[in-house]
Amino acid sequence: MKREQLNIVIVGHVDHGKSTVIGRLLADTNSLPEGKLDTVKQWCKKNARPFEYAFLLDALKDEQTQGITIDTARCFFKTTNRDYIILDAPGHIEFLKNMITGASRAEAALLVIDAKEGIQENSKRHGHMVALLGIRQVSILVNKMDLVGYDYKAFQKIKDEYTDFLEAIHIKPVSFIPISAREGANIVSLSDIMPWYKGLSVLEQVDDFQKSELAIELPFRFPVQDIYKFTASGDNRRIIAGNITTGSLKQGDRVKFLPSGKESVINKIEGFNISEKEYAYAGEAIGVTLTTQVYIKLGELMIKADDKELLVSSYFKANIFWVGKAPMLKHKTYKLKINAAKVNVKLIDIKNVLDASDLSSNQNKKQIDRHDVAECFFETSKPIAFDLANQIETTGRFVIIDNYEIVGGGIILDSIALDESSLQKHIRKREFVWEKSSVTPSERTSVYRHNSKFIIFTGEEPDAKKQICKALERKLFDEGFKVYFLGVANIKHGIDEDISDQFEISDEYIRRLGELARIMTDSGQIFITNLSNPDDFDLEKLKLLNKPNEILVINVGNNNLHTYQVDLNFEENIETKKAVHQVFELLRQNEVILDYVI
Amino acid sequence: MDHLERLEAQSVFILREAFREFKNLVMLWSIGKDSTVLLWLAKKAFFGHVPIPLMHINTNYKIPEMIEYRDSFALKWNLNMIYGLNEKALREKQTFPDGACDRITCCRNLKSEALKHTLSGEWTRYRMDHSLKKYVVDTNREPYTGVIVGVRADEEGSRSKERYFSPRDKKNEWDVGDQPPEFWNQFKTDFAPGTHVRIHPLLDWTELNIWEYIEKEKIPVVSLYFNQGDGKRYRSLGCFPCTNSIVSKSRNVKEIIEELKSGKLSNIAERSGREQDKEDNGLETLRRDGYM
Repeated sequence: MKREQLNIVIVGHVDHGKSTVIGRLLADTNSLPEGKLDTVKQWCKKNARPFEYAFLLDALKDEQTQGITIDTARCFFKTTNRDYIILDAPGHIEFLKNMITGASRAEAALLVIDAKEGIQENSKRHGHMVALLGIRQVSILVNKMDLVGYDYKAFQKIKDEYTDFLEAIHIKPVSFIPISAREGANIVSLSDIMPWYKGLSVLEQVDDFQKSELAIELPFRFPVQDIYKFTASGDNRRIIAGNITTGSLKQGDRVKFLPSGKESVINKIEGFNISEKEYAYAGEAIGVTLTTQVYIKLGELMIKADDKELLVSSYFKANIFWVGKAPMLKHKTYKLKINAAKVNVKLIDIKNVLDASDLSSNQNKKQIDRHDVAECFFETSKPIAFDLANQIETTGRFVIIDNYEIVGGGIILDSIALDESSLQKHIRKREFVWEKSSVTPSERTSVYRHNSKFIIFTGEEPDAKKQICKALERKLFDEGFKVYFLGVANIKHGIDEDISDQFEISDEYIRRLGELARIMTDSGQIFITNLSNPDDFDLEKLKLLNKPNEILVINVGNNNLHTYQVDLNFEENIETKKAVHQVFELLRQNEVILDYVI
Repeated sequence: MDHLERLEAQSVFILREAFREFKNLVMLWSIGKDSTVLLWLAKKAFFGHVPIPLMHINTNYKIPEMIEYRDSFALKWNLNMIYGLNEKALREKQTFPDGACDRITCCRNLKSEALKHTLSGEWTRYRMDHSLKKYVVDTNREPYTGVIVGVRADEEGSRSKERYFSPRDKKNEWDVGDQPPEFWNQFKTDFAPGTHVRIHPLLDWTELNIWEYIEKEKIPVVSLYFNQGDGKRYRSLGCFPCTNSIVSKSRNVKEIIEELKSGKLSNIAERSGREQDKEDNGLETLRRDGYM
């Protein structure tokens, strides 16, 4: 029987004694390897300092000299019941991001408050973080009781005051324990010095925390982390890999991928050095093969096909905490990582910013500053699939990245509806100021003998497509029409050169192409381009950007589209000449090319 | 899920994140039990394949059995195996066994420096040619920017503060005070071009977990870990001049687990047989300089 392990984070204001509590727990439960205690004692001797339990954790030079914990350290300790990892989170405000890093992995929290100094700003801020991070079990240790003469009233005062605070942020603490970590009172067992306290000791409380069960009963959620094909090693399986975050999966289940909406059936649950697997459950890192070939993207969320609860939207309301050095600004583009997906995101509006020290909310802030907790509205560049955090926590969380750094994290409160997306707003403004030519579109049409059009070729076969594009350009040109084919390389290494090495280029790439198409079609041309593998959302966006002019989508072979209705669809082995002829006929039917002027 | 299954799932997740995000990725394989478990986890993550090259830093003072073991599995598992070493220091005898320097300097020369320059591609890399069944000079000199390392947080103080994804600066140095945040299962996987990143999938494992997993999965480990009849075995592997065996009767994985759980080892630090750690602030000094 393998022993159970629990992650506990210890938080609280700087100098309230977190490290001492851990040092005590480690020492009094004989959890220290011999080597460690000796090293610390020798160090104390060498530096002429009295031995303190806190030093046991201060494994690094930096901390010993500064006397504060700067980063989360993991300590391993065990009781007769189970094993623990204690995450010692720094209490200093400057290191809030480190505190969150530690706390986000914990299943329970010990929050330390100095009995003499009382509740401080970070006592509250950390309480708030613990709630946001989804830690449900919190025990409050009122430390340094020796400094207040082990007085019941001092303990009760902090307990009452802090309980009020916790209630306001919807946390129910599991216990308040009066302790003196330095003297070892109420750490391992109850001390006679505080006979008025009848609850659990810290160690008993730690053993009493419940292991959070993986949510097998919740709906099935599986973020597509990667898609593998190890053909070079003679393996032809196309394996969709990831970890099941909630629920369970059975071989043969019908599944759906969101946001694309594509469906398939689980063929097999794959693994290495395992026996045949019929089921897989929350928490497992697995891979699956499908019975049909569907083109899905990395980052999509796989759910059961009959499950309706998941939300797909570009707009949502969230609670976020900000740790970036620069403030979060409205309408600036950030990256959002949610589950395995990455998209661009903008802060649309701030509902309120919470002041953690007194829990008052400020509704007039124009930006979100470092260490703020805020409720605000976001818009992503493409729809994302998510749950509301109060329904399925794991799929309702995200982080925000700015200039390669994780600068914030949040939980989704609600999906929202906007009257007008940022893109629609942009186009409305753009068209309002558009400088119209003295040559009218109808004049161009009558001289050029055709209307303008933006023609997009899609599909996975780059060579076949390009051939058709070029032949079409030649045919239209020879007929005397104004036409231009834009090869991908021409913009990739030109207009888009500055974004070519960024991790999520498609949004900006699509935007620039759409703006370019608007100009080309305004000039009256038939503008042709060739896109490697756009999805439904990309095409909808190009259609919008090219407004008021129109687009035509022609597909060759397999593609990534699901709902978008293409205007013409060719098999991948279509003869170029035949394809050109059909496109030409379509242009005639659609009155792009005007028969009567010939 | 039991605890080992959770650890496995998390490590597999991290390996897959690394594989998705880094173009020039390499995994360090010291031949020891931890990085061998890591290699096994890669086979788990990639369904029997190891699509990431493995790198070993040789010092020419490794216990010979380690090298034999390395090469036999490189061939058996069709690994993309690379090794590098500090040829200049060895040629000029700038080592502790040669009496030229102390242990820390020797580690820095033969391990930290060799690692740094083999990763960057400045020094010669030797790659296993599977058709010739021997090492040839690797023509690929591109720097590896993502390095997967099998360190565990319980080994020693400084390792307990590592991140799963931990950036090193241009000089390969580690700024402990300003590490990126990691929230839930979202790690920092976006880096400015040229950043060098260490990836630590085994951070939450303990020595006992490693042995329990080796037992569960029946992972072949080098026989130096077992008592061959003389009442001694190695608990941690390194160079023979600086690594002592321990007195132990454990002949197999099961007995090691028993020994770790209840025997005398439950209270002695794992690296107590590694002499370089005992010098003033040894391992921490080395780690800041880019030691594994």
